[in-house]
Amino acid sequence: MPELLDLIVDKYNYWLYIVLMMIGLYAMIGKNNLIKKLVGMNIFQTAIILFYVSIGYKKGATIPIIQGDHGHGAADAVIKAADYINPLPHVLMLTAIVVSVATFGVAMALCVKIYQRYQTLEEDELRMRLSEK
Amino acid sequence: MSWPIDLVILTFVIFCAIAAISVRDLLGTAILFGAYSFMMCLLWAVMGAVDVAFTEASVGAGVSTVFFVAAVFRTSRRTKD
Amino acid sequence: MKLVGFIIVCLTGGLLLYGTGELPAWGDPNSPASTHLSDDYITLALEQTEAPNLVTAVLADYRGFDTMFETAVVFCAGLACFLLLRDFRPKKDHYYRHVPTGVMLHVKNEARTVRTGREFEDMDREWVPSDTIIKTVCRILIPFIQIYALYVVAHGDFSPGGGFQGGVIFGSSLILLAISYNLKTLVKRVTEKFLGVFSSLGVLVYVGIGAIAMALGGNFLDYGKYAPIFGEHHIRALGMLGVEIGVGMAVTAVMVIIYINIVSEGRHDEGL
Repeated sequence: MPELLDLIVDKYNYWLYIVLMMIGLYAMIGKNNLIKKLVGMNIFQTAIILFYVSIGYKKGATIPIIQGDHGHGAADAVIKAADYINPLPHVLMLTAIVVSVATFGVAMALCVKIYQRYQTLEEDELRMRLSEK
Repeated sequence: MSWPIDLVILTFVIFCAIAAISVRDLLGTAILFGAYSFMMCLLWAVMGAVDVAFTEASVGAGVSTVFFVAAVFRTSRRTKD
Repeated sequence: MKLVGFIIVCLTGGLLLYGTGELPAWGDPNSPASTHLSDDYITLALEQTEAPNLVTAVLADYRGFDTMFETAVVFCAGLACFLLLRDFRPKKDHYYRHVPTGVMLHVKNEARTVRTGREFEDMDREWVPSDTIIKTVCRILIPFIQIYALYVVAHGDFSPGGGFQGGVIFGSSLILLAISYNLKTLVKRVTEKFLGVFSSLGVLVYVGIGAIAMALGGNFLDYGKYAPIFGEHHIRALGMLGVEIGVGMAVTAVMVIIYINIVSEGRHDEGL
């Protein structure tokens, strides 16, 4: 029984990230509205970003900003790697977030353009309008 | 970080995500998506990823929501599911 | 379709859940991700780059090339929105408001226009009187938001923040101006030509800092080569500040371009 509890404490975060990712994937496949699909895509993205950020987390470590005198005297102090959270996943994911807002903007522009031409954002109605022509 | 805060915020995130994709009004989706982004930002701040949390607070909860509302303003609020 | 989607999602989720069994425990300091390379970044970054914020040090110095193309991606997004939506055709109907009386004028003839000035002003089709409280509060708030944005850009290497966040905050202050007044006020102050030049100038600043370092005899984006000009002290942190300013300029302009094009359907005349 204690082994099961340990397993849950160690892994429950990963399980919830996967649930979040499943919600996003379902919205991308199952929803009919194009903007809902975009929301699903964004949820999927943030779930994966969350997974990456959590990889960098270390128990008992602090945020990745070196403590001390803004670099003047801090270089003399010994910096231990175990005291700071791994900064590498943060950098990669910061890039991913900014790219995600750029793609989101372009996707919204495409939605506005589609609405201008077909007067709808529903996938089935769009397919109907396309087959009419 | 303490696990109760983590668990509570994660639960909020999942509820916001489900609500955002199931509500039948796109303006409501926009606001719920902003709330989702903000909860995500809190989660990252708790995990110690301050730079990522700052970016998400300004990008996800701020500008994305504005783009969303602008697009809904120019299209329609109607959604079938 | 919904059922098929649900089955696919459950299958994927099940496989991933099975896969978590192999992952290290959550927050384990001895996990593979935080034992090999990251130790070097944490222990050597302050000495090599003189920036206490490790994230900025890795973002703008070790992985500077990556960030440069990311700025290019953001610039391309602005360009794509412009090309998709921009509509240069003049609009057919004009709406004017007689300022002293508040009467709305609707001119349907394309050729006839009313000269705007003291007596008449340009109006949107769906015009509602703007709220004095919102206008005043936003007018007071916007300069503080902009100063905060500049602070975030300038302190990127000491505290959380940097070019992206500062640029987004500056851009949203301009968007707030458009929301609280109207879109014409923003377009009149920040013209389209200015935004285009500003966004490309941001990318040029980044690339230029890299290229000048090459001309001075170093590698691309090797800020250490600027030492003869600016002095040895904190030269790498200074170089990072330079590229962060470039990123901030590009991001600010692109956010405003995307917003204006979406909200006015590319006509830049009326919107939220």
